Parts: sequence; structure tokens; C-alpha cells
Amino acid sequence: MRVLAAMSGGVDSAVAAARAKDAGHDVTGVHLALARNPQTFRTGARGCCTLEDSRDARRAADVIGIPFYVWDMAEEFHDNVVDDFVNEYAAGRTPNPCLRCNEKIKFEAVLDRAVALGFDAVVTGHHARLGADGLLRRSVDIAKDQSYVLAVLTRAQLDRAVFPLGDSTKEQVRAEAAARDLAVADKPDSHDICFISDGDTRGFLESKLGSAPGDIVDGRTGETLGSHNGAYGFTIGQRKGLDLRVPAADGRPRYVLSITPVSNTVTVGPREDLEVDVVTADRPVWHSSADIADCEVQLRAHGEVVSAAVSLADGVLTARLKSPARGVAAGQAIVAYRPDADGDIVLGSATITAGSRAAANA
Amino acid sequence: MAYLDHAATTPMLPVALDAYVAAAREVGNPSSLHAAGRGARRLVEESRERIAAALGARPSEVIFTGGGTESDNLAVKGIFWARRAADPARTLVVASAVEHHAVLDAVDWLGAQEGAEVVTLPVDGDGWVDPAVVADLIAERGDQIAVISVQWANNEVGTIQPIAELARLAAAAGIPFHTDAVQAAGQIPVDFAASGAAALTITAHKLGGPVGAGALLLGRDIACTPLLHGGGQERDVRSGTLDTPGVVAFAAAVESAIKTRDEYAQRVAALRDDLAARVRALVPDAVYNGSAADRLPGNAHFSFPGCEGDALLLLLDAQGVYCSTGSACSAGVAQPSHVLLAMGADDARARSSLRFTLGHDSTVADVDALLAALPGAVERARRAGAWKTPR
Repeated sequence: MRVLAAMSGGVDSAVAAARAKDAGHDVTGVHLALARNPQTFRTGARGCCTLEDSRDARRAADVIGIPFYVWDMAEEFHDNVVDDFVNEYAAGRTPNPCLRCNEKIKFEAVLDRAVALGFDAVVTGHHARLGADGLLRRSVDIAKDQSYVLAVLTRAQLDRAVFPLGDSTKEQVRAEAAARDLAVADKPDSHDICFISDGDTRGFLESKLGSAPGDIVDGRTGETLGSHNGAYGFTIGQRKGLDLRVPAADGRPRYVLSITPVSNTVTVGPREDLEVDVVTADRPVWHSSADIADCEVQLRAHGEVVSAAVSLADGVLTARLKSPARGVAAGQAIVAYRPDADGDIVLGSATITAGSRAAANA
Repeated sequence: MAYLDHAATTPMLPVALDAYVAAAREVGNPSSLHAAGRGARRLVEESRERIAAALGARPSEVIFTGGGTESDNLAVKGIFWARRAADPARTLVVASAVEHHAVLDAVDWLGAQEGAEVVTLPVDGDGWVDPAVVADLIAERGDQIAVISVQWANNEVGTIQPIAELARLAAAAGIPFHTDAVQAAGQIPVDFAASGAAALTITAHKLGGPVGAGALLLGRDIACTPLLHGGGQERDVRSGTLDTPGVVAFAAAVESAIKTRDEYAQRVAALRDDLAARVRALVPDAVYNGSAADRLPGNAHFSFPGCEGDALLLLLDAQGVYCSTGSACSAGVAQPSHVLLAMGADDARARSSLRFTLGHDSTVADVDALLAALPGAVERARRAGAWKTPR
């Protein structure tokens, strides 16, 4: 196949490109320039589109022996990922920008351009398995597994995706990079949100959305416990940074239960009030039957899995959890898996709209 | 493989490579007083004389540098500093809108860091500077102008500027005129004395010499503040140990290129005209950018409506055809060409351009290879703009 390898400048995508070449594909490397004003050098482990990363990717492509280009995707990234991130927080939801980037940039904007230019598929360094059976599965390396942020891909997108790293641990990938004389073998993993270089998400949102003071209220009594500078700065299940004036009577910590953009209110309560056992979600991408009596669902990136029964009707997914989950935030993805010895199989994904207690629904 | 990017760099001529290797085998710093140093100095000075003779300069006017970018920076900044030091009222730096970034960014730096007022000369649709604009500017503000810089020929679209006329206007007002002749030397007649310019940039690797060797031809009476201070080489204007093998190979390349220039230009222009005609026949809506008449012999430059230049480049590269979008890169991201924008092109046309440049080893087989690959690449690149993969 003629394949396009998306190369971030990190170790994973470099080894993925090298493996694609070894597999006999005609590989072309592309670095995506996503920042409007790229920084010259990396600072710490944040960011993924500095000029240094671009050079690292080019150097890796030269060592592997493949053509290399930089594609400017800054506008697409800004419109589909950064603006979406801000808008979702403004609406009281908690977005996952990595998921959105896979959906809209790597496997839409980049894939479209690649296919139009005559490529058959896009290769990335994601840690997930996508074998001959076409099923998307978790990586061998559970700690590095990225199937959660890939589950949004449709059948057609998966048909043009190649993930060469799913059968390897991160440690093996690094060792292979060193054996291949790739200078990025020891480069630190990137983490956090690439477009917030200082890691201050709340400060970033405030710079975009402005200050919007409002109340923090007790979910049980309705009492005002404190104030905030913008409800968008909070996430369901968050405990730190509430800065409440009124301590809880029982002395136990309180958590963000809900965010109401209309009244600009953040509602807090004790940990047990976070528990939900019914999750509804929309925008499903589904690869399985509409009713599944028994599967596992994951409700946030790197979150624990919960057994559930899932049903899909009229574009709405309902998951009945067999044990309660906490910290279920609208805007995050719910991903359903079927446990499998060769890697848990992704059944589908949808965007969480609400979590509730079955008792309250009854 | 079809190498159609000679304006980026061209293969070393065998005579230059042989001269380089022979000189590189010898030891000796041209500034040393012993026999080894004298041997090196003799090679450097003979090279200086050969380059001067080939380009209509006096040997003492040849300042060896590390290449075109350094020569441009030295001329623009050095002459500005010296002229302003002599008269603080001279704060204007004048350059055309289509200069190479080595001039443009040096000029912008003077504006941002040194308090210079930058005046940009507009160009017409062919990329040509109108001498009347320069005449008006000199008439109006001549006593404030520190330096004027206009390239001899453009590196993207190949347009040749009216250098003698511009230099004469500047000289009549006592204003130093610098010209970047990096693309012109070896392609068309370049004579420093006859041009009337005060300073002229050339570089070795565009005419068959090594990368990293260049020169500024600088009139003996032109004051120029150095960029590099040190051992006082090159009239104290450019300190640093002279690169004997680079200079020797540079001289061999200049001499050879100028000796064969007329025959070369005739052959390459015919090949270029064939290329341009065949491109237009196969891609009828392709726009030929630049001047038809006043143009470097090896340059062909097209906009392909509906295509992105970097997509075309990728597709041609995959077919073994090497060309250039001709534009500057930041992190490898293609920027729309400032040259085409200055010529009045819109952003889309500026981004849809490719430069094909022929050189001394170009053959009709190179043109054939381009024409075999181009129509398919254009068709694909056009589709890429609007393509949505079904999902």
C-alpha cells in the first residue's frame, strides 16, 4: 500500500512509520503543524508541535529513509479541536481534545487529503490493535492503551487506518527505536493538552471565555458555599480548587456534581452523590448489535471499566451500570468493550450526555 | 530522476571540484607568514583576480564571505551603519518587495532594531521595479537614504531588473546601490563596473562552485561597517580565516560559467521554452508567472489553478521529479510566496505555484520526465482540495 505516516516527532509515530516501511509499504512521513504560532523548543513534556518536534520528525524520517513533508493543519485544528474544546467547556461539558483530533484531524482532514493524493491509508503511532479482522482492540500495553480515543472512528475511517504498535509495550517501542538509531528513543512522552503549553487549563479557558463569577452551591441544601470565576473551569468529580468558604458539616471533602451554564452555577456534594448507574450518550459510532446484555464500559480516558448492559435506540445510547461509577462527565466518551484474550474489542463509542441513579429515575 | 531545482543549488562543475580537492590537500593559512601560508595566499589572491576579471571588478573590490546570505547582510547592514554614522539623517533603507529573504529580513531587522525607516519598492505584474518610482523617491528624500538594494534577477520567477538604470539614479544622488546577483551571475552578463552598483552579492554554489563560499563586490570608496570582527582579513570588512579550497573552487566555477555563458544560456533557454510550451499544452489553464522577455534562461514558474504547490511537489517528488514551491518555509510549512503576492497574485494563486529551474547538466530527458508526471499530479492535486473520503 501507499501509506501516509503521521509523525509528531515522538518515539511512537517514528517506530510506527519504520514498521510500516518494514512491512513493505510505500511510506511517506508527514508532520502536522497544528499550532498557529509554534514555539521554537519544547518545554518539558508539553506541546507537540514546536519547531523542535518538526525537526525530530524529519530527522526520524531521514533515518528511516522515507520522504517527509510538513502539512499545515493549524486552521483545521483550531476550528475543530481548540474551538470545540472551549465551546464544550462553556456549555458545561468536559471534552476530550485527543479524541476530537483523531476524529476530525488525523482521520478526517489528513486522511481526506492523503486519499485524494493517492494514499491508501494513514499510519499512526497509537497504542491500539487493528488486525486483519478489522476489529479495534486495546493495546497489549494496558497502561498506554489509546483505544478509548480511537473508538470514535467509523468503519470507513478504521478501514484506512494502520496502527503498527498495538502488539508492543511502550518499553519495547523505545528499545526498538534505539536499535533503529532513532534519536527520539529517549524523548519524554507528551502528556496533557498539546495546545495549552503551560498546562493551565483553567487559565487558558479564562483567556478565551473571560471571567464569569458565579456561585458554588450545595447539591442537597441549595446553600451557597462559595464563588467561582467561571463555571467552565470545573469538571464533574473535581475536588481540588473549590475554595469553599463554608466547610461541610461532616468535615468530608466535597466534589463537583454538576455544572449549569445557564445559571452559571457549580453544584457540589459528598462523594456518594457523584455515583451514577445509568449513563446516556448521543452521537454513537457503533460496530455491534443494538442491545448488549453484558459488556464493559469505560467512561473517561484511563478510567476504570464497569460492567454494563447497553442498548441503542433512536441515536441514543443507554448504559445500565452493574456497579455505580463516579466522575461521569457530559462531553466525555463512553466506550463499550467486549473482553477478549487478544485484547478487549471496541464495540462502539458515544458522547455522554448525562449520568443518573436508576432509583431516582424509577 | 529529473533535477529541476538548479536555482536552489546546482551540481559542482568537475573543474571546481578538482580545484577544491587539490587545494584542500594542502596546509596553510593565507594569513600566515611562512611558506605554507604564502602558498595558500597565492591561491587565494589568484582566485580573487580571476573572479574580479570575470565579473568586471578590481581584485581589491572582492570581499570573500561565507555565501549569499552573509554578503547581503554585510551590504545592507554594513552600508546602512556606515552611512548613518556619517550623517544621522540617513535613516531610510530602500529595497524591492521581491528581494530574497537575506535582504528582506536584514532590512526588516534594521527597521525593528536600528530605527531605520524601511521603504519597499513595489513591482508590476511581472515582478519588475519601475525606475521612475526610485527616481521620485530620490528626488523627494534622497538625502535621507542610506542604501538601496534591488536584486539583479529574482530567485522565484526569474525576472531581470533594470539594474544599470537603478544604479545610475542612485549614483547620481551619491547613494550606494547594492544588488543581489546570486541568481544572475553565470546566467546573464553581470559586470560590476559597467553596472554602476556600489556593492554586488554573488555565491559559488549557484554557478557550479561549493556551498559556503561567496563574495561581496564592494566599491573601494564604499564605507561598510563589518558584521564580523577579528583578524582584519578582507579590508577589515570581513574577518575570519580565508577558505582557500572554497575560494579556489569558487574562482574555477565563476571562470568556467562565464566562459561558457552565452552558449549555456542559449541552450538552456531553448530547453526552458520547450518546457514552458509543453506545460501550457498539457495544462492549458496554467499561468506562466514572471516576465516573458526579461527572464533568466533556466527559469520557468507556473501557477496551477486549483492546486496546492506543496501537494504537487509531493506528487512529483514521488515520481522522481524535483522542483520547488520557491517560497520560504517556517517549520516546513509552506507560506504563500511574497514574490507572487507583491506581483498582485492572490493567496490561492501564490500557494498554487511551482518553480522549475534548469542548469548546466539539464537535458530534454529531464523535461520529458516532468511532462510525463505533471498532468496526473495536477489532476490529483486538484481533487485533493475538495475531496471527502466517504465514511
